[in-house]
Amino acid sequence: MALSYLRSSSSRSANLLKPLSSSLPLRRHISTDTTPITVETSVPFTSHQCDAPSRSVETNPKELLTFFRDMALMRRMEIAADSLYKAKLIRGFCHLYDGQEAVAVGMEAAITKKDCIITSYRDHCTFIGRGGTLLEVFAELMGRQGGCSKGKGGSMHFYKKDSNFYGGHGIVGAQVPLGCGLAFAQKYSKDETVTFALYGDGAANQGQLFEALNISALWDLPAILVCENNHYGMGTAEWRAAKSPAYYKRGDYVPGLKVDGMDALAVKQACKFAKEHALKNGPIILEMDTYRYHGHSMSDPGSTYRTRDEITGVRQERDPIERIRKLILSHDLATEKELKDIEKEVRKEVDDTITQAKESPMPDPSELFTNVYAKGLGVESFGADRKELRASLP
Amino acid sequence: MATSFHGVGAAVAALSSSPSNSFDSKKLLCSPRRSFPVRKGASFVVARSDGSVNFDLNPKARRAQQLIVNAVATKSDSSPASSSSKPGHELLLFEALREGLEEEMDRDPRVCVMGEDVGHYGGSYKVTRGLAEKFGDLRVLDTPIAENSFTGMGIGAAMTGLRPVVEGMNMGFLLLAFNQISNNCGMLHYTSGGQFTIPIVIRGPGGVGRQLGAEHSQRLESYFQSIPGIQMVACSTPYNAKGLMKAAIRSENPVILFEHVLLYNLKERIPDEDYICNLEEAEMVRPGEHVTILTYSRMRYHVMQAAKTLVNKGYDPEVIDIRSLKPFDLHTIGNSVKKTHRVLIVEECMRTGGIGASLTAAVTENFHDYLDAPIMCLSSQDVPTPYAGTLEEWTVVQPAQIVTAVEQLCK
Repeated sequence: MALSYLRSSSSRSANLLKPLSSSLPLRRHISTDTTPITVETSVPFTSHQCDAPSRSVETNPKELLTFFRDMALMRRMEIAADSLYKAKLIRGFCHLYDGQEAVAVGMEAAITKKDCIITSYRDHCTFIGRGGTLLEVFAELMGRQGGCSKGKGGSMHFYKKDSNFYGGHGIVGAQVPLGCGLAFAQKYSKDETVTFALYGDGAANQGQLFEALNISALWDLPAILVCENNHYGMGTAEWRAAKSPAYYKRGDYVPGLKVDGMDALAVKQACKFAKEHALKNGPIILEMDTYRYHGHSMSDPGSTYRTRDEITGVRQERDPIERIRKLILSHDLATEKELKDIEKEVRKEVDDTITQAKESPMPDPSELFTNVYAKGLGVESFGADRKELRASLP
Repeated sequence: MATSFHGVGAAVAALSSSPSNSFDSKKLLCSPRRSFPVRKGASFVVARSDGSVNFDLNPKARRAQQLIVNAVATKSDSSPASSSSKPGHELLLFEALREGLEEEMDRDPRVCVMGEDVGHYGGSYKVTRGLAEKFGDLRVLDTPIAENSFTGMGIGAAMTGLRPVVEGMNMGFLLLAFNQISNNCGMLHYTSGGQFTIPIVIRGPGGVGRQLGAEHSQRLESYFQSIPGIQMVACSTPYNAKGLMKAAIRSENPVILFEHVLLYNLKERIPDEDYICNLEEAEMVRPGEHVTILTYSRMRYHVMQAAKTLVNKGYDPEVIDIRSLKPFDLHTIGNSVKKTHRVLIVEECMRTGGIGASLTAAVTENFHDYLDAPIMCLSSQDVPTPYAGTLEEWTVVQPAQIVTAVEQLCK
């Protein structure tokens, strides 16, 4: 087995893999194979006020397979969320990320869990990328107490403190000053970590972004502002909302980089570059050129302001999962069947989790009053008579 | 001078009890005499029908004072914490705030200050003077004029465990940061299921000053009071300013500390030792029997001034500085209402939707059975604060109106 492992990693012939697949689960040896592979990104980077990183990205079979699996999981999860919403198990707002998965997985590959990420309401996949479980996602979406925010946050308020995922924010653009505050705290504590503050092309026109950018540049904060440009701010195309849709240049004195957001490896390279830059020189803006297949949210069909041809065109030419699939197949890291098996397995995992989440309990009514205040210095509002507690806010 | 005031229905229900006419010489427990440099403009004399004369502390009206000075026995504050037995030290209110802030910054390296002109300039009201030199630029941060974003940054930093103190140069400017304060500051602890606490303190001067104009005379406590998840406190004396500042910094919850532009130069003797004031406790300024007067911030002084007149007329008002604007200290207030059965609220907020409006509702809801008369609430007029001095004076509740209101209430 060791010999065939060596042979399979050195030679690129597909034949060698066939006998192995029958006796061993293929995943075992691919998932530990870290032989470096160099891949070129789809398009070169465009830069503003800085030197663009190289187009050649180092990766390895294990990473590519992880990308594939994670993106397949995210895609499946979002599509399942679509059906759940239509079945009225998810209420309120539901903003789906399918099409943009490469940004989440590429970013994770370049950073550690000590770096902070903060994003907007389109946060389901970013949460998974940060280590959240499927059950937490579905339970939260359905308002169950097993959700990541105990069912009290909903689709737009996913948080995971232990892996430095700061959410999950409903108000467009409000997360960017928060993100710069996270970067400030990192600088204050001298952590040598960075913060990625994600926002969309719609939020790029918010004034508080420029305020926060100014302060970050002044104080040299390790803040990386990432514009996930899916070209539509709700129903308004970017050319109708922004005089200058070159969002990576909006920083003026702050360097920027434009990245193909559908190429996970390009995203990884850009984030790695940005992290190094931010730790040395302060803020930088990344513009991820990406696309969302669904509408802005579940109430938006997504086809009144763009043609179906456009959507299918992007899906055929630039889909992130297909790109990784082609890479894996062309480098003979796995067969078609194996990849299909992974997708089937992912689908089953999602379905099982949904079943589990559907049966999980709703929050207890007393949870209405928990977590309004943190306990400290006697934060309890007593009723008129201290003997009788009207509402004890723990 | 015709004084008009609000909340006094002409038909006050016939009251069974009548105020005792014997002069109650119970000693007054009011705060020690302090200089009022800010009040030089407010001089007026109201002649009452019974011949007694209202006065104010303005030296110009001093001739009236001789009549009453021996009745107004101003003792030093004998509330338990600020004891007159310990020497203590005298300082002004803004210095007390600075002392509290400095002590907390010494005690906890995670405390930092951010705001406009707080660092090198020393603070527009000198609250942070000297701190930048002592703690450095990373802990006392001069921000650009971008309230929305630097408040957001303070909240983001607080999510990681830092304890920022965000200063609004004037509370009115924090309206620009309303989104951050409401959605992120107040609600993040809840929407994250308890994962994040936001131990931020947002402070700044507000209230009606001396002809500062409409936009610089705002009372934001009425706008912020509905935000779930925040606590609001208003300081009124150097003692409670320092105590509340320290408690707010130590609290795990977001606290908004309301100071008043005109109170920064109050002088008081405060203890040397470390102390904090409970964030949800009201302060009993002057115990009494006849009527409960609930007030906070600058109106406390108008009330105390009116109290002197009232005492001369034979009334015995109980004055409570509610201090905690959210949540209300219904325990202290309730005990008082059960004792006096009459409530007068004196506030600086506008009539509509102010703290007084909420307090009226809260007291009515909880203590309706104990009330002998409808609650009276004296608030500022529902107008933008005018620039002209006389107009501005009529916008805000004046002591004479308080006296008249108490008389009406106690009929």
